[in-house]
Amino acid sequence: MLNVSDYRVSYGQSEIVHGLNFSVKPNEIVAVMGRNGMGKTTLMKSLIGVIPSSGGQISLDGKNVTPLKSYQRVEQGMSYVPQGRMIFSSMTVRENIETGLTTTGRRTVPKDLYDLFPVLLDMRNRRGGNLSGGQQQQLAIARALASDPKLLMLDEPTEGIQPSIIKEIAQTLKDIRDHRGLTIVVTEQVLSFALDVADRILVVEKGQVVHEEARATVDAQKVASYLSV
Amino acid sequence: MFSDYSTSELMSIFAMQGFAGLTLFSVFVLMALGLAIIFGQMGVINMAHGEFMILGAYITYLTSNIFSQWLPGLYGSYFFVAMIFAFIAAGLLGMLVEWLIIRHLYHRPLDTLLATWGVSLILQQTYRSVFGAREVGVSMPDWMMGSYPLTDLVEVPINGIFVMCLAIGTTCVIAALMYRSRWGIQVRAVVQNRTMAGAVGINTQKVDRMTFGLGCGIAGIAGSAFTMIGSIGPTSGQLYIVDTFLVVVFGGAASLLGTVASAFTISQAQSTMEFFLSGSMAKVLTLLFVVGVLMIRPQGLFTLKVRR
Repeated sequence: MLNVSDYRVSYGQSEIVHGLNFSVKPNEIVAVMGRNGMGKTTLMKSLIGVIPSSGGQISLDGKNVTPLKSYQRVEQGMSYVPQGRMIFSSMTVRENIETGLTTTGRRTVPKDLYDLFPVLLDMRNRRGGNLSGGQQQQLAIARALASDPKLLMLDEPTEGIQPSIIKEIAQTLKDIRDHRGLTIVVTEQVLSFALDVADRILVVEKGQVVHEEARATVDAQKVASYLSV
Repeated sequence: MFSDYSTSELMSIFAMQGFAGLTLFSVFVLMALGLAIIFGQMGVINMAHGEFMILGAYITYLTSNIFSQWLPGLYGSYFFVAMIFAFIAAGLLGMLVEWLIIRHLYHRPLDTLLATWGVSLILQQTYRSVFGAREVGVSMPDWMMGSYPLTDLVEVPINGIFVMCLAIGTTCVIAALMYRSRWGIQVRAVVQNRTMAGAVGINTQKVDRMTFGLGCGIAGIAGSAFTMIGSIGPTSGQLYIVDTFLVVVFGGAASLLGTVASAFTISQAQSTMEFFLSGSMAKVLTLLFVVGVLMIRPQGLFTLKVRR
């Protein structure tokens, strides 16, 4: 469903992602792993279109989305949960989710989103900035799901979050994949989370895929050796 | 300075100056609302805001001339038509300026100061070339003339009441737009984090253009209201721009309520003191007061309680 071919991203003269190739099947959860500075976040940012790519192509369901701006990519069914959550801190929880409704034309937050994250219903009139890190992460995911995406991309969703909530998030991700037929790409450093949630693991090093394996056959030690310095 | 007046006279003076202050307050609010959106929300230092206001005033002047020439029977209602035209004209010019200049400068807020100052000079010269350097005035329709006597000593001018109602109405409409509509949610999302707003599916360029246009359109309405209380020249906007920035900064840049409260404080202080002291002394005292408050509360009168 998602095809990334010979994909390149640069900041000015320095190229970070060098001709990356990978594809994601419908209804699959893929974890992109790699050490710091290997281009994971850069890749994610450029997949949603907040930083431009310098070469290659992204296609979603066979449609080339490379020339589209980020809001048009959201219209096409991509959605994005950034590293560090990036919720709108002075807006209420409800308003934050409503920003995600823009492309759907709906006015009110669908009930099933609150069912997924009951804590957000309790907090719906609080300002987003006053939520804890774990709650903000759930809010960021709810906001991304509000646009009815086909593909959900999460950038290090476990960063700075307590283990019990990490487990909850992993469970939620699997649930929404099963119930909504979503495809999910998630970047991760925590191997246990990736093994828990993903069907397939890609290891990225210096802007290229160096290792790729299905979860069923994955050799945790080998992946771990890529992640350790 | 109070000893020359009897108590009842003093009360009347305070009441009438208070009301004059309210009229000034109304124009401040209208001016500052537009700027609160453009400067407070978008972070663009719009030095041309006064010129957008004067554009609204000139449009009102033109409309009143057209009405008195071709539709004298309907002259009583020209102002409402003029206000709509002023809003549209200033809004469209604002959108054009945003498209030409501002959208390239969102990452360089200080450069917007220079760029919009240039726009302001261009506009001033354009007005001078088109309408001439002399100030022009608008004749008010009959129903706005005169005043309404409250007591023997206190009289409130009707045009003042009208301008005030206009300011209150506009404020309510803007507040509803910003805090109750879907469009308002998009605007607030874009001004908080432009990149992220795009990544949740908001067309940020369109929202920016509409927001800037709305801010300038409100300045146009302010200009319309301004014709009720003063005459218009190419540089009249300059007199108000400093006060307007003062109002927005003093009120707390991100808060509409703060803008209204600070416009009220500044205009009342100014108008009451002007009666007893000279105009420049009143200004000095107001500025000192504002500077003092801002030293204690640099974020302005009203702020949001939220973790940063």
